[in-house]
Amino acid sequence: MRHLMSPLDFSVEELDRLFDLANDIEKNREKYSHACVGKKLATCFYEPSTRTRLSFESAMLSLGGEVLGFSDAASSSAAKGESVSDTIRMISCYSDICAMRHPKEGAPMVASTHSRIPVINAGDGGHQHPTQTLTDLLTIRSLKGRLSDFTIGLCGDLKFGRTVHSLINALSRYDNIKFVFVSPEELRIPEYIIDNLKEKNIPYEEVISLEEVMPKLDLLYMTRVQRERFFNEEDYVRLKDFYILNKEKMVLAKDDMLVLHPLPRVNEISVEVDDDPRAVYFKQVQYGVYVRMALILTLLEIDTTKL
Amino acid sequence: MLKIGKIHEGFVLDHIKAGKSLSIYHHLQLDKKDCTVAMIMNAKSEKMGKKDILKVECDIEEMDMDVLAVIDHNITVNVIKDGEIVAKKELVLPKEIRNIYKCKNPRCISSIEQELPQIFVLDEKKEIYRCKYCEEKTRQEL
Repeated sequence: MRHLMSPLDFSVEELDRLFDLANDIEKNREKYSHACVGKKLATCFYEPSTRTRLSFESAMLSLGGEVLGFSDAASSSAAKGESVSDTIRMISCYSDICAMRHPKEGAPMVASTHSRIPVINAGDGGHQHPTQTLTDLLTIRSLKGRLSDFTIGLCGDLKFGRTVHSLINALSRYDNIKFVFVSPEELRIPEYIIDNLKEKNIPYEEVISLEEVMPKLDLLYMTRVQRERFFNEEDYVRLKDFYILNKEKMVLAKDDMLVLHPLPRVNEISVEVDDDPRAVYFKQVQYGVYVRMALILTLLEIDTTKL
Repeated sequence: MLKIGKIHEGFVLDHIKAGKSLSIYHHLQLDKKDCTVAMIMNAKSEKMGKKDILKVECDIEEMDMDVLAVIDHNITVNVIKDGEIVAKKELVLPKEIRNIYKCKNPRCISSIEQELPQIFVLDEKKEIYRCKYCEEKTRQEL
């Protein structure tokens, strides 16, 4: 039995198989619509995350399975002081697979060590959110046809952005990737990530202005720059427009560049960009469902050749 | 110079960082064992300037060498039999340690679930320990 705690739990070859399955699901929805009949997914969300929870539930329902669970700690036994390990022992009796979101880092890992069913980490504090990374990778692979030979710009809050850190780690395993980190000084990428890139001889550059690097990017991964991350209002006002993607900046980009965003967006991508064919952040949401479907099938060890 | 005699059977821990021997004494729980211990502090050392030495008269198999490795794996462990050094034991950082460090990350699950064992896993490349749950590296010194 396998669990998914970090995007690096799967080898590159295993990810390829997972993404092939996700792409097959995309093309043949009907074929998979009864793959999980009689199976139940428990969504144990100790903090609210509507998008991730609905994505998991949609994935299981699309496979013909059923869902049960809770969407915040107050409505679970955690409010009465039950430990994660006790909760998962109980959930193991009620369901066949579990997706767990928890504000405390490592909680899904603790659950996995006491579980009789596969556990998927659906986000644990600032630590890991592997299905977001799988979503990002599947989106890139599906729309570009590869996961190597890219110059990828990551823009916005690179200091605290968990999705950014995971994506960098995941893409570092592929050939010929060049990273361009676009952020204000206050929100620069952490030193330990730079050290990892240096160790592996992976090229990178750090810049402050998005406009100056737009022409060379094959992919642009946008994140939100939050006001509260700045030390003073003056810096925020000075820098915030640097990181708002609008039509003018898109003019500078390659014709086949893709814009991704883990969502929710606030104002960092102007709505006028939504109609640009290069803006794929809503397609990304759809790929999130496909990759979760493929993940559920894989962890439940369902033989898809017989479908 | 202060002279301390040979031990007959046991081990000598040499090249301990000056001032660390008392901490090692406690972590090896020598206070709870029935053995003679000599602690030499601030001895002159060509290699280190100053060093501590611990001489312990007991069976080396009784000692938790993992803890010693975590404290400082550069310590030299001389095994003594019949008053002579018969072996030098190499200290290897254990891959996993339990209940030696405590995770200080307030966002870690172990901060709210007290019954969880405090497990730290070795990051071999960097020779540091990370919490098994949240992967935060420990900065604590033993």
